[in-house]
Amino acid sequence: MKTGKTEARKAERYIGDDLFMAAIYFFLLVVLICMLYPLIYVVSASFSSPGAVAGGKVFLWPVEPTLLGYQAVFQNQKIVTGFLNPVFYLAVGTSVNLVMTMLAAYPLSRKEFYGRKVVTAIFVFTMYFSGGLVPSYLLMKNLRLLDTRAVLIIPVAMSVWNVIIARTYLQNTIPDELFEAASIDGCSETGFFLKVVLPLSKPIMAVLVLYYGVYHWNSYFNAMIYLKSPELQPLQIVLREILLLGKVDMTMITDVAALEKMQGLSNLLKYAVIVVASVPMMCIYPFVQKHFVKGVMVGSLKG
Amino acid sequence: MHVLLQVKRSLKLMKRHWQFYLLISLPLLYIIVFCYVPMPGVLMAFERYSPSKGLFGSEWVGLRNFKQFFASPSNTRIIWNTLRIGLYSLIAGFPIPIILAIAVNEVANKRFKKTVQMVTYAPYFISTVVLVGILSQITDPRLGILNKIIELFGGNAIHFMGDPNMFDHLYVWSGIWQGAGYSSVIYIAALAGVSKELQEAAVVDGATRWERIWHVDLPSIRPQIVILLIFNVGNILNIGYEKVYLMQNDLNIQKSEIISTFVYKVGLVNADYGFSAAVGLFNALISIILIMIANAVAKKTAETSIW
Repeated sequence: MKTGKTEARKAERYIGDDLFMAAIYFFLLVVLICMLYPLIYVVSASFSSPGAVAGGKVFLWPVEPTLLGYQAVFQNQKIVTGFLNPVFYLAVGTSVNLVMTMLAAYPLSRKEFYGRKVVTAIFVFTMYFSGGLVPSYLLMKNLRLLDTRAVLIIPVAMSVWNVIIARTYLQNTIPDELFEAASIDGCSETGFFLKVVLPLSKPIMAVLVLYYGVYHWNSYFNAMIYLKSPELQPLQIVLREILLLGKVDMTMITDVAALEKMQGLSNLLKYAVIVVASVPMMCIYPFVQKHFVKGVMVGSLKG
Repeated sequence: MHVLLQVKRSLKLMKRHWQFYLLISLPLLYIIVFCYVPMPGVLMAFERYSPSKGLFGSEWVGLRNFKQFFASPSNTRIIWNTLRIGLYSLIAGFPIPIILAIAVNEVANKRFKKTVQMVTYAPYFISTVVLVGILSQITDPRLGILNKIIELFGGNAIHFMGDPNMFDHLYVWSGIWQGAGYSSVIYIAALAGVSKELQEAAVVDGATRWERIWHVDLPSIRPQIVILLIFNVGNILNIGYEKVYLMQNDLNIQKSEIISTFVYKVGLVNADYGFSAAVGLFNALISIILIMIANAVAKKTAETSIW
């Protein structure tokens, strides 16, 4: 009698669990669709004909497929320069970031570094308090950095948050004994850094490259504040002009004539621009996803 | 005598590992020049600052800049906008990554799990400019797909970006779309570390799946939840001004002007340095107070804190 009752309860429980699991799968499916749909729509729209997009015929797949949007993108001189600049900012900026961050993280990770706590405090304090926008702007002005390429690199040469992540990683992966053994063998601090620490920190450096790289590729605010010359602008500023301020250079396509058509094309161009601007990051990210997750975890250990 | 010995000992330690100082000199120089040198600039908040007279030559006006800010009703509206958007972001945005992480953690099918993670992280890599671009394309009153769908169901097209009452929703939910996956990573990692024995013991005791989540999983990731909550509370006023600025237009400015965008406009566009610095300082002080309160409350109730 009693066992019968528990059996029945068990069965009930399993049914409940199955229903619960079904609900979870359903929830995730809904999330998946909500996340993916805007992306799919943008890509499909960018490959459709201007008329189909404007007429609201595109819902999921490209309608009347064309490459008109992409032709317009690559004929636009501004966009092409807008792509060369960020490659420079990305390459130089991220290299500087990586060197600076490792230079700071290594001493801060070693307990033999006398004054480590004070220096850490000096670094961390800047995460909570800053001089603010205007004093920073005046500093750039005084340093003659305004309207130079360097203003997108030097003032953002290092992020304290990333230094803390890298320091935590080094503390957890490079044992003190290794450092002691190396110093007994006559290895200097710099030698140990170059020969032991750097080769062992490849995973964290991948994380740093990813974080800083995404920052350089996606940031626009500093460029908006500090840069004036059109030939120095990074990609995001050009994108902003096209996508949000509606400044599309139509001189290239005047032969299409009719205004209606031009508006349709400029709408199409926007979709194509969105795709072109996002493709580099979207292509790289699946390969670095593993590192990216690791970075979040390393950061959370101490945070 | 004792102090002298201590100094001698310190010097000896510093000398033995002098290369550390060489290595860190460049990063330290960077921090001093770009973070500490501008700091005294907050004093501008109490001055009628003029660049030609400099920080120490400008006229000292005490709290006048602050009074000027609070005196105008349009400025108190900016404080309210900032609070409202910040709170909405926190309340809607904070629990969703946790729910997402728990759901992902329950999934047994590895491929489905991988797909969900891959897709939900992807929007994080889209830039703010492109995100706002997508938003304005999709919600365009004439050409956007969202209004096409609304019209398909017989509704009237809505000018989402131009409607002040839509601003909060667009800002918060596009933020969730972009960041929920990324924010869930930390919880997924923590959930992967929940002890298997605890789970099995719960199964033996006859706990349902829901009970296991509620009594085993959630308590296990409580430290992460509390710490992130503290950070988020401290950052309520630090709304993503880059995104807000891009989403602003003449039609929604009543509801979309927040403290940080106001600081930018007053300071760098209108060059009213002292006033801008005062507003910025007010924002920073409130943030520091908020994070300290959140930290103190967490320390007392959850026995977890960031300091």
